[in-house]
Amino acid sequence: MSDSPEFGCTRAESCVIACAEVWRDAGEVMVSPFGTIPALGARLAKLTFSPDLVLTDGEAALMVGAPPISAKPAELVREAAMPYRTVFDVVWSGRRNMMMMASQIDRTGNQNISAIGNHAQPKVQLVGVRGAPGNSVNHPTSYWVPDHTVRTFVEQVDVVSGVGYERAAAAGPGATRFHDIQRVVSNLGVFDFETEGRTMRLRSFHPGVSVDDIVAATSFALVIPDDAAETRLPTPEELDLLRTVLDPKALRDREIKS
Amino acid sequence: MADKRTTVDDIVGELESGMTIGIGGWGSRRKPMSFIRALCRSDLTDLTVVAYGGPDVGLLCATGKVRKVVCGFVTLDSIALDPHWRAARQHGQVEVMEVDEGMFFQGLQAAAWRVPFLPTRAGLGSDVLRINPDLKLVRSPYGADSPYLRDEADADVELVAMPALHLDAAVVHTNRADTAGNGQILSPDAFFDPLFLGAADRRFVTTEKVVANGALVDEGPLSGVVIHRLLTDGVAEAPGGAHFTANPPDYGRDEAFQKEYAAAAGDAAEWEAFAQRYVFVGDDEYRAHVDERVAS
Repeated sequence: MSDSPEFGCTRAESCVIACAEVWRDAGEVMVSPFGTIPALGARLAKLTFSPDLVLTDGEAALMVGAPPISAKPAELVREAAMPYRTVFDVVWSGRRNMMMMASQIDRTGNQNISAIGNHAQPKVQLVGVRGAPGNSVNHPTSYWVPDHTVRTFVEQVDVVSGVGYERAAAAGPGATRFHDIQRVVSNLGVFDFETEGRTMRLRSFHPGVSVDDIVAATSFALVIPDDAAETRLPTPEELDLLRTVLDPKALRDREIKS
Repeated sequence: MADKRTTVDDIVGELESGMTIGIGGWGSRRKPMSFIRALCRSDLTDLTVVAYGGPDVGLLCATGKVRKVVCGFVTLDSIALDPHWRAARQHGQVEVMEVDEGMFFQGLQAAAWRVPFLPTRAGLGSDVLRINPDLKLVRSPYGADSPYLRDEADADVELVAMPALHLDAAVVHTNRADTAGNGQILSPDAFFDPLFLGAADRRFVTTEKVVANGALVDEGPLSGVVIHRLLTDGVAEAPGGAHFTANPPDYGRDEAFQKEYAAAAGDAAEWEAFAQRYVFVGDDEYRAHVDERVAS
């Protein structure tokens, strides 16, 4: 996607900023971003306002600094081993703040990455619940949806993988004690659950997107606050870091359609 | 000391139809593919496969070996989904016990520790409990008056009781092993291979290279020998035995081959040709075909 002179940044760059903001004040926690844009957001946050974030190399180690997204494995500097066995120790200790993707997300924050349709014989088999059930009840979790449509923002997901607020409450204190679905970032806007009924609320819309666009692409009734604002623009420093240091090849533009 | 050397075909010879078999590795990484192909060539059927699933699950589904899969996912890593697995699921050809990947780990751990279950928050509130109606909850016996209670939210708390995942047999692939059955992993992640072996009645290691007992220290650090011989019954040398999955430092994933594997799934005739060339063949022929492919 080309530059939008009107805003000074592209949609992908707005999404990166929205993801980075998820980890503002997160402290010394392991960030495990799925997807290019969340990975860029985490790196940008680490280089600017959240220097204590702990990033993984995508394989089995923690890495020093915040290298460019296209850095080759041999170019990374590693600081500690983080095999999957140890990842679960971190997940269950709560010292993690994760952003997963969602094939479906619903009004109360349930996420689906398992199957579309009936689980016994799905219409579309997806990757599987992976760690979503455990992540969502053990540490702060957010979601990234690069294609916000009525098929991804649904009234009720087909297979609850990551647990939303209503389901966690129904399951009791074992589920709610560490449950914290913080944000949903899509290609259209940013959403949270900071409402009385813990249902999804529009937090901000990306530059170039209208509230009506978002409502039309969402299958359920969003809470739309009167003061819903535009997603903040990147600072010149952030834009420079993103474009020249973290992602000079603009891989961020490949992940979203608009 | 027992010499535990065996062959991949002899490992398959010890298995029976209907068994529950654990497969080591993770996704498309360090999978015992030589053993998987031997299993595909056998007349075994009706298997329950327990795995952090990758092309092992895909191949066994494609060749009709599987009744049920126990997993948290099936992925080829660089390709999001194994197409054979997708097809088997969408056609209703396999049963699945789909659980959180941490629950899966606890199931193996429970089996290895010989306890019937381990408690966890993972699964609470999710559809993992709906789609696996046999999974039960357990209430903590520590209430508000317990001297051991740290947080009142945990008083009498209900958690998921992840049942032990007992395996009739388990097979993992390591970078090195010795004749006594010690296994050495030189790649950065051992995944859950020692636990798969710990959870199983019959335990097998396939490996790039078998060395003399005591010689693994010459291959790499002793801290990488995470599979000790108390965990193994047999060791089969299978050079290149994890191809096309990633097995560093010996070799990375053969991405071009994996793409061909995935693409062939889309067409019955193409898959038949692929399987004849790359699945229903012994290791020597397999390697020759892979080498020819690279040369061409």
